Amino acid sequence: MEVLGKPLVRKEDAALLSGRGRYADDIAEPKRTLQAHVIRSPHAHAMIGRIDARAALEIPGVVAVITGEDIAKISDPFLVAVKADVPQWSLAVERVRYVGEPVALVLAETRYIAEDAGEAVEIEYQQLPAIIDLRAAREKTSALVHESAKSNEVHTRAFTYGDPDAAFKAAHKIVKMTSEFPRQSFMPMECFVVVSEYRPADDSYEVMANFQGPFSTQPVMARACRVPGTRFRIKTPADSGGSFGIKLSVFPFMVLCGLASKIVGRPVKWVEDRLEHLVAASSGPNRITEVEAAVDKDGRITALKLDQIEDYGAFLRAPMPGPLYRMHGALTGAYAIQNLSVVSRVVMTNKMPSALIRGFGGPQMYLTLERLVQMIAREMGLDHLEVIKRNLIPAGSFPYKTAAGSLFDSGDYPRCVELATGGGRLEALMKRRDDARKSGKYYGIGFAAVVEPAMSNMGYLSTLLSPEAREKAGPKNGAVSLASVRVDALGAVSVTADCVVCGQGHETVLAQIVAEQLGLRIEDITVNLELDTANSDWSIAAGTYSCRFTPGTAVAAHIAAQRIRDKLSRIAAKQLNVLHTDIEFVKGKIRSKSNPDNAMAFGRVAGTAHWSPIMLPDGMDPALRETAVWAPPELTPPSHDDRINTSLTYGFVFDMCGVEIDPVTCEVKVEKYVSMHDAGRLLNPLIAEGQIRGAFVQGLATALYEEFVYDDGGSFLTGTFADYVVPTATELPELELMHIESPSPFTPLGAKGLAEGNCMSTPACIANAIADALGVENVQLPATPARINAMISGEEPARPAHVAPRQGIASAGTGGAKQKDARQIKGSGSVQVSASPEKVWEALLDPENLKSVIPGCHALEVVGPNDYRAEVSLGVGIIRGRFKAQVKLTDLKPNQSGRLGGSISGPLGNSSGTGLLKLVPDGGGTRIDYDYEVAVFGKAAAVGGRMIEGAAQIVISQFFAAFGRKLGGAPEKKSLAKRLGSLWGGKGTTK
Amino acid sequence: MKPRAFDYVRPDTVAEAVDILAEYGDDARIMAGGQSLMAILNLRMAEPKVIVDIGGHTAFKGIKVANGFLEVGASVTQNELMNWPDLAKTSPLLAKALPWVGHFQTRNRGTVCGSLSHADPSSEIPLSLATLGGEVVLRSKRGERVVAAEEFQTGMLSTSREPDEMMVAARFPIAANLKRAAFREVARRHGDFAILALAAVAETDTSVRLGIGGLADRPVATRIDASSKSAIADALGTLAWELEGSDDIHATARYRRDLLRRMGPIVIEEAISCAA
Amino acid sequence: MRRVAKDTKARVTLTLNGKKTTGEAESRTLLTDFLRHEIGMTGTHVGCEHGVCGCCTVLIDGVAARACLTLAQAADGRSVETVESLTGLDGKLNPLQEALRDHHALQCGFCTPGILMSFTDFLKRVPDPTVEQVKDVLGGHICRCTGYQGLIDAMMDGAKRLRS
Repeated sequence: MEVLGKPLVRKEDAALLSGRGRYADDIAEPKRTLQAHVIRSPHAHAMIGRIDARAALEIPGVVAVITGEDIAKISDPFLVAVKADVPQWSLAVERVRYVGEPVALVLAETRYIAEDAGEAVEIEYQQLPAIIDLRAAREKTSALVHESAKSNEVHTRAFTYGDPDAAFKAAHKIVKMTSEFPRQSFMPMECFVVVSEYRPADDSYEVMANFQGPFSTQPVMARACRVPGTRFRIKTPADSGGSFGIKLSVFPFMVLCGLASKIVGRPVKWVEDRLEHLVAASSGPNRITEVEAAVDKDGRITALKLDQIEDYGAFLRAPMPGPLYRMHGALTGAYAIQNLSVVSRVVMTNKMPSALIRGFGGPQMYLTLERLVQMIAREMGLDHLEVIKRNLIPAGSFPYKTAAGSLFDSGDYPRCVELATGGGRLEALMKRRDDARKSGKYYGIGFAAVVEPAMSNMGYLSTLLSPEAREKAGPKNGAVSLASVRVDALGAVSVTADCVVCGQGHETVLAQIVAEQLGLRIEDITVNLELDTANSDWSIAAGTYSCRFTPGTAVAAHIAAQRIRDKLSRIAAKQLNVLHTDIEFVKGKIRSKSNPDNAMAFGRVAGTAHWSPIMLPDGMDPALRETAVWAPPELTPPSHDDRINTSLTYGFVFDMCGVEIDPVTCEVKVEKYVSMHDAGRLLNPLIAEGQIRGAFVQGLATALYEEFVYDDGGSFLTGTFADYVVPTATELPELELMHIESPSPFTPLGAKGLAEGNCMSTPACIANAIADALGVENVQLPATPARINAMISGEEPARPAHVAPRQGIASAGTGGAKQKDARQIKGSGSVQVSASPEKVWEALLDPENLKSVIPGCHALEVVGPNDYRAEVSLGVGIIRGRFKAQVKLTDLKPNQSGRLGGSISGPLGNSSGTGLLKLVPDGGGTRIDYDYEVAVFGKAAAVGGRMIEGAAQIVISQFFAAFGRKLGGAPEKKSLAKRLGSLWGGKGTTK
Repeated sequence: MKPRAFDYVRPDTVAEAVDILAEYGDDARIMAGGQSLMAILNLRMAEPKVIVDIGGHTAFKGIKVANGFLEVGASVTQNELMNWPDLAKTSPLLAKALPWVGHFQTRNRGTVCGSLSHADPSSEIPLSLATLGGEVVLRSKRGERVVAAEEFQTGMLSTSREPDEMMVAARFPIAANLKRAAFREVARRHGDFAILALAAVAETDTSVRLGIGGLADRPVATRIDASSKSAIADALGTLAWELEGSDDIHATARYRRDLLRRMGPIVIEEAISCAA
Repeated sequence: MRRVAKDTKARVTLTLNGKKTTGEAESRTLLTDFLRHEIGMTGTHVGCEHGVCGCCTVLIDGVAARACLTLAQAADGRSVETVESLTGLDGKLNPLQEALRDHHALQCGFCTPGILMSFTDFLKRVPDPTVEQVKDVLGGHICRCTGYQGLIDAMMDGAKRLRS
């Protein structure tokens, strides 16, 4: 091996380091392109009422405002894999089902103007109950996300392999647990970019987008636009700012911009911004898994029962519910368990749709399985590592057929465990743990063993159908990979292939593969991965996902290069007068092995194929271009008994870590992390290490940092990078990487995928370490300091008698500790006025008075008895927005009490609330007591998470303070500084 | 995420700046480093009609020691102050607090006075000013006034600055009894807004000024009797409930109170153990 | 005093990568949009537009700053350096860029220009940094691909190469 398998630096880097990348938003757009801005729903669930775009269309530079109604007229809903009536168009039609769902598209000459217009479009919503909690969504009484689907659980299938019932009956012990996996995204740094142009001449669409595939979605897009696939042309740019699965979900916008272009007759460009991306781009599915293990007296698992309940949010985008089935064949993980029963459920809620994400079902599954193994050890008083070892698939049993049908290709799991825990590594951790515990600290050691699949069987998703339905539909299976190698008349080599650039370094690895065959340097190979469905090699399996590059595209390139080599050997053999088996390719020369001086320059031989067909061996076609199709036979369709080999290769990861938990701050510090990989043969160890380190930090993020948070009302609360906490270099623990290589017998290069493993293993490994450190059963991820605090802090010291509960906020937020609290801001207060209750009552019912006390009120219109519309400017400090308000007084008990209800809406968001007012005679005056409840939706909730309740409190207290002032009084308010005693001598203000 | 339209003004002198403020009042907003304001404008969460850009302008620069204060001009950036050679000697608390402010890149542009004017309840600079008992200098066409920290920040993102005033300087006291200082903070990531930030200054071995950020709607500074462990614990236990704290997506109020009770004694001890 | 009324465009003249450069911008135009779409220098990337991710970091008057939190108008009369300034027309990488390549400190490359500009500033001030200092400065950037270790190693090595 001269080139392949070497840690070569990347061909891609020089341009990327120089600001010469060609990312989607760097490419010059067609002339007359309009810039699009997506207007999104502030509500989790609502009927769309009137959409009034008149004011927006009057803004100079605004060309059109397109609604779901416009889109539904000229397109069809996207196809869905599950037989459930859950139609989705590229804009919401009639109803919105998650915060951030696209409702309308503004087209304007610049993005700035388009956003101005977006604020001027008035949309009425009638709110519906939001279905957020996954368990509650399954209850019979739950409201429905899609009434047409008749249930929120739109898919359920049960599977049994072996005889789990018998195993459970015979079990020495049964260990049960529930695991919950959070919502998150490994969001790329580059957001979605789309430029779509409709060509009326042939009713076709041309779309440039940073789409990553799978291209099985291409027919879905074409069908939605009602054209054949050839008339929905997709082009991907030369560079992409990361994908991690998320960039599948740009596809609805590729269709939307295409349809918009059709409507206005100009090209349309849309660049997603980060707020949009966080709120609504794509999420990994959250999953609840109920699991039971039957265990023998030695801790060996004899059977598993799984009930997997997965939350796909509001819509099922193709190819969902992939995460639920992608791991299906490998559900027993690294363990030799032949009895398995599993129920898989797909549930809809009013959250952003879930789709492709790095790990794709693996993180959810392994959090369950690996936590379970730790629980088994704990409950049986065994050593965790020992239980892992006893259950591992033994060395020498490969290829190994799992209970659910996967064919694990190669490996030596026990050896990986021995190597990783050996060399004094585990001993050092155990000593560290002993020392830490002796000094009163929390310290835990975690392990995780993970089988990492790569290159999905295109038929795996059909496992969700019953065998009868599959029979009817015809078998689905395989995974096609395509690559082409060309050599020009001067001997320059170029490669194209069916993967999409996402930053991994495919260009370099493809160059290595081809250079290896042809005796060249990687500098001699030009790789172009700008995929264009009109003229590239691609199939429905094309794209970059499920680690298909190494076992798929790379193999196709290898085969194509071998064919070119073979052809060149034969051409050279004829000219050098030797047998073609005596030819070798060395350093740009093609020569005789037995007589190296008998040689020709590579380019010279190549030129013959182009210029001198007459000199070619008999029957050989001229030119040098080979396209290889690689379709491994192991990827068979699901069997009649539902066994499915879900992927082609299966690598192994064994992780071990030590975590210390600070008893003061409750921060979890990963002190040491060891990750052992067997990914078969490494094609480029430098790139392999980069993939593993990247996945590791994403796994760390799952374990400790990142989570999409919704409240019970469906509001989305993590809309900025200050709220959605992506770890940075300062959070990075020490990671030691190890490798062994068990080449895969199923791919010619022996290489397996390796870029997803740590997304699967690391959350489980860290969760296990935390469980070990704290001696707890339940570890909710991400394990934030507030959550750890809730686990270890016990009962809080009581409020001292002399400290009165604070007025104002009673409870709110989610605090990272529990996910269930609604973002209901509740509070109370009172204000003392000198007027009598009668006077107060009169003032309360007087519109003129109300106008003067409602904060920032510009105009107040009476629409009925005690029913008002108002225009208000509300805010705190610099944060300020204009709202339309509705205010209504009800439950009126004259001079005693009433209820003040209302809502506001504006570009900053929406809010609704009620307040109960009680007038209590007090001396000559009145004390007005009030309780209120406010819910906040939209942008204010998404990006104001840290301050929203304080802001609401301020606005409400402003109202009562003004009301009180009007009636001759001041709110009963002792400033904090005064309460604590003026510290520095009440210096106050000096002129 | 593009800002709404506004007029842009870059004055050359303080007089020009306050003229604009006098003309536009609440519709104008001073931008110094823009590290908070620009993000808010990009998010369209504010609606100023005029942006008055004083960033980087020499007329607003200047770090000086005078009359028992370290005085910092309106466009002095956080990194300029942090890298000021005499800082550790002059104001040990600021020297310890500033590295917690945002990141290297945002400190390059974010200003000391801008942070005070923005008045985020969990920011380090307002906390330091409150703990030291400092003051700010506000200027308008009407004249100049000096406002004590505790009178300046009136609540979340709210100050007693009048719409026609701009902050021309912040003054951090540098008395000899303010040199024994400690600063600690807990955030989800380094550089994030604090879940809880604590500043302590040991005036004597038994009396410590404690500043608390992130628990109330503004930084709160108080004097703690540090004569015994139990006195400290009692004081912190009371403070925790007096300030109470709020839940947000990063932390519960309970956790914030627990942090105060557990981290408070450590920070106080750290300040006392500093060499005089 | 410079005044630009809303919805009007004004000429912005700056020294961009050492060359006097002029373009038109509205009062509200962000420096990122000005550089990328008015001038056509697309090396400066846009990742969040709220100052957290660091993709858009450039040098303004020699100091690393977020271009997304800077108005184009504010750059008038100033010097701005972007990632394009680091590589000459001959395509030769500077020692810091080479160190990033050698340590596989980039994958998709989207965050890379901002990181390079931060360290161009920082390593001028602190030529011999500790790992902790490097992590601290890197903390002002989000990279989703590399897992940071390559970047840390590259910065330590790059600093060494720049010193020699």
